[in-house]
Amino acid sequence: MSGGVDSSVAAACLLEKGYDVIGVTMQIWPDMDEDKQKNEGGCCSLSAVDDARRVANNLGIPYYVMNFKKVFEEKVINYFVDEYLVGRTPNPCIACNRHVKFEEMLNKALSMGIDYIATGHYASVEYDESKKRYLLIKSATSAKDQTYALYTLTQDQLAHTLMPIGEYNKDEVREKAKLLDLVVASKPDSQEICFVEDNDYGRFIEEKTNTKINPGFFVDENGKVLGKHKGIVHYTVGQRKGLGIALGKPVFVVRIDVEKNQVVLGEEKQVFSDTLTASDLNFISIDKLEGSMKVNAKIRYSAKEAPAVISPLADGRVKVVFETPQRAITPGQSVVFYDGDIVVGGGVIDK
Amino acid sequence: MGEKLIYLDHSATTYTKPEVVEAMLPYFTQNYGNASSIYSIGRESKKAIEEAREKVAASIGAQAKEIFFTGSGTEADNWAIKGVAYANKAKGNHIITTNFEHHAVLHTCQYLENDGFEVTYLPVDENGLITPQQVAEAIKPNTILITIMFANNEIGTIQPIAEIGKIAREKGIYFHTDAVQAIGNVQVNVKDMNIDLLSLSGHKFYGPKGAGALYVRKGVKLISYMHGGAQERGRRASTENVPSIVGLGKAIELATANIDEYNKKLIALRDRTIDEVMKKIPFVKLNGHREHRLPGNANFSFQFIEGESLLLLLDMKGIAASSGSACTSGSLDPSHVLLAIGLPHEIAHGSLRLTFGEENTQEDVDKLLEALPTIVERLREMSPLYESVKRGNQNV
Repeated sequence: MSGGVDSSVAAACLLEKGYDVIGVTMQIWPDMDEDKQKNEGGCCSLSAVDDARRVANNLGIPYYVMNFKKVFEEKVINYFVDEYLVGRTPNPCIACNRHVKFEEMLNKALSMGIDYIATGHYASVEYDESKKRYLLIKSATSAKDQTYALYTLTQDQLAHTLMPIGEYNKDEVREKAKLLDLVVASKPDSQEICFVEDNDYGRFIEEKTNTKINPGFFVDENGKVLGKHKGIVHYTVGQRKGLGIALGKPVFVVRIDVEKNQVVLGEEKQVFSDTLTASDLNFISIDKLEGSMKVNAKIRYSAKEAPAVISPLADGRVKVVFETPQRAITPGQSVVFYDGDIVVGGGVIDK
Repeated sequence: MGEKLIYLDHSATTYTKPEVVEAMLPYFTQNYGNASSIYSIGRESKKAIEEAREKVAASIGAQAKEIFFTGSGTEADNWAIKGVAYANKAKGNHIITTNFEHHAVLHTCQYLENDGFEVTYLPVDENGLITPQQVAEAIKPNTILITIMFANNEIGTIQPIAEIGKIAREKGIYFHTDAVQAIGNVQVNVKDMNIDLLSLSGHKFYGPKGAGALYVRKGVKLISYMHGGAQERGRRASTENVPSIVGLGKAIELATANIDEYNKKLIALRDRTIDEVMKKIPFVKLNGHREHRLPGNANFSFQFIEGESLLLLLDMKGIAASSGSACTSGSLDPSHVLLAIGLPHEIAHGSLRLTFGEENTQEDVDKLLEALPTIVERLREMSPLYESVKRGNQNV
């Protein structure tokens, strides 16, 4: 529970359905200034604990704060830093769901004799009798759908997961929150990366690694120097704003070259590509990908799904070919495959 | 859930005894006068405060004028340490303490380190004890204060306070002890033990929360902590919290009156718990010295499990316990006390503190001993490490 609307309503829904509910907030934040934490307001901040405890009291359920600092540091923060350092753009929310929420927390819950973990995600879990598989299904409101960040869930994890608000849209959830007189009904959605202050990745990575991020050169496809950059961690593929460079025409980040410490710039059309390879795959609606399959694929949280064909490669990776070129396919981000509302699976974009 | 609560966390806090509440009540609604006022209900308050002061003094072998009321044990610790440090700066800047004090002492010492003081943190041994010799050897010409806790709040070990006091007195160094866990549990006499300053807190011995006291031996140089009115002889300004002070006085009087009988009862509960847990559960370690510990304190580390899950499951069974100090369990990081006695991180994580009190019975211990082995076994079943150890054992 974050004290926010979604997890609070999720808890209330379960109570209505007769579940025996225990509220939990994951303590994951690194030791930092308390004032800063209060202001940050991510899903697991200190203010989240205060708010969640109040909600749990209102609902009359037991409430605990569980410590996941160590695994969060290892599996989310370190991963986040490492990916940037090798010129990729990580998605820490996916890593947190995968390693912390649905692995460590679920295991802890199961070991305590708790049957399910429930979250306030906009997604649904269903069991398909014919396939004998648990399915992850998009939220009733596509605008809020959060399945993109949940594609790593295994059959075992899904079997012990409840997502009670998947069937509602955001307004219905807010309405329910009001009816329940939850004090959080008007709390804004949480965004940004919860452990990075002021969203300043560069400074965060410098502090974490205790090294200075080296500036380098912007170059064009032919290697011609176009200007100086502040360090590769500040850039992501497709980026146009904040490059601090004026060439008389719009330029975009096409690629990041870690070895040369260069950021390659080019025209917008160079940012488009119709093919990618993905590794570290997880499939949900199917056991494994046997041959080519038509899907809709989504290459980042904010991207629209696009028709594509996925096919297995000999090395276990998957090749994704889109019908039309996609903007800013970014290594380190995840690609998630859909069959209508059903999540087929996904993986991490290599190139 | 829904069963009677078995409360085994008396080191965190105790309930307030009905007699104590009763003694306090008139000072909320009838004798509410400000103790600094000259009219009769003001004088009533003043009189009540002085009676409480007498009681606190009598219970630790001090004189009434050596007792100053504070808002908490933490405040008393802060005042004692900062107060001595700043008042005796001209004499020296060195302070001796241990590495397993309560945070009220540790963080105060760290604060002073940032302000130019030098602090020696004596390491405790694996039993959670320090020796008088360690203290003697740490003394330097610029040492102005020794502050060592009477009894540890997590593992309950009791330090050789009288011997340390003797050394400090011989060397002319002030000796403060945080006796928050000791008062009401062990006999304390500041004169016999050569204690110069002592902190105590009402809610650890069935008194109200928000009521503490600092004993300051007559003649100790100490700066005032709060500046303002002339309360507490100008040393600790603030309108006196009369009901709480009265409650503190009543509670300490009750707590020290039957201390031997109370101890006998707690020791029986404690010893049976320790013996049975050690017998029934494999891979368990008792933290802290077997004998030199508080009568009501048992602290265990269970290998292969996390204290957090253990506490939650005990809570679901209606058993209230903690995994260390209540002041730090919001975070459930490995306790600095357990790390100080040499426990590795992963074992320090799997610790359980049980602290018995007046209302506990052998039936409570029965229920604990019924629940605990099952819970520990269940949690261990999820641990891959435990599985391999178990297999290893079977093969042998």
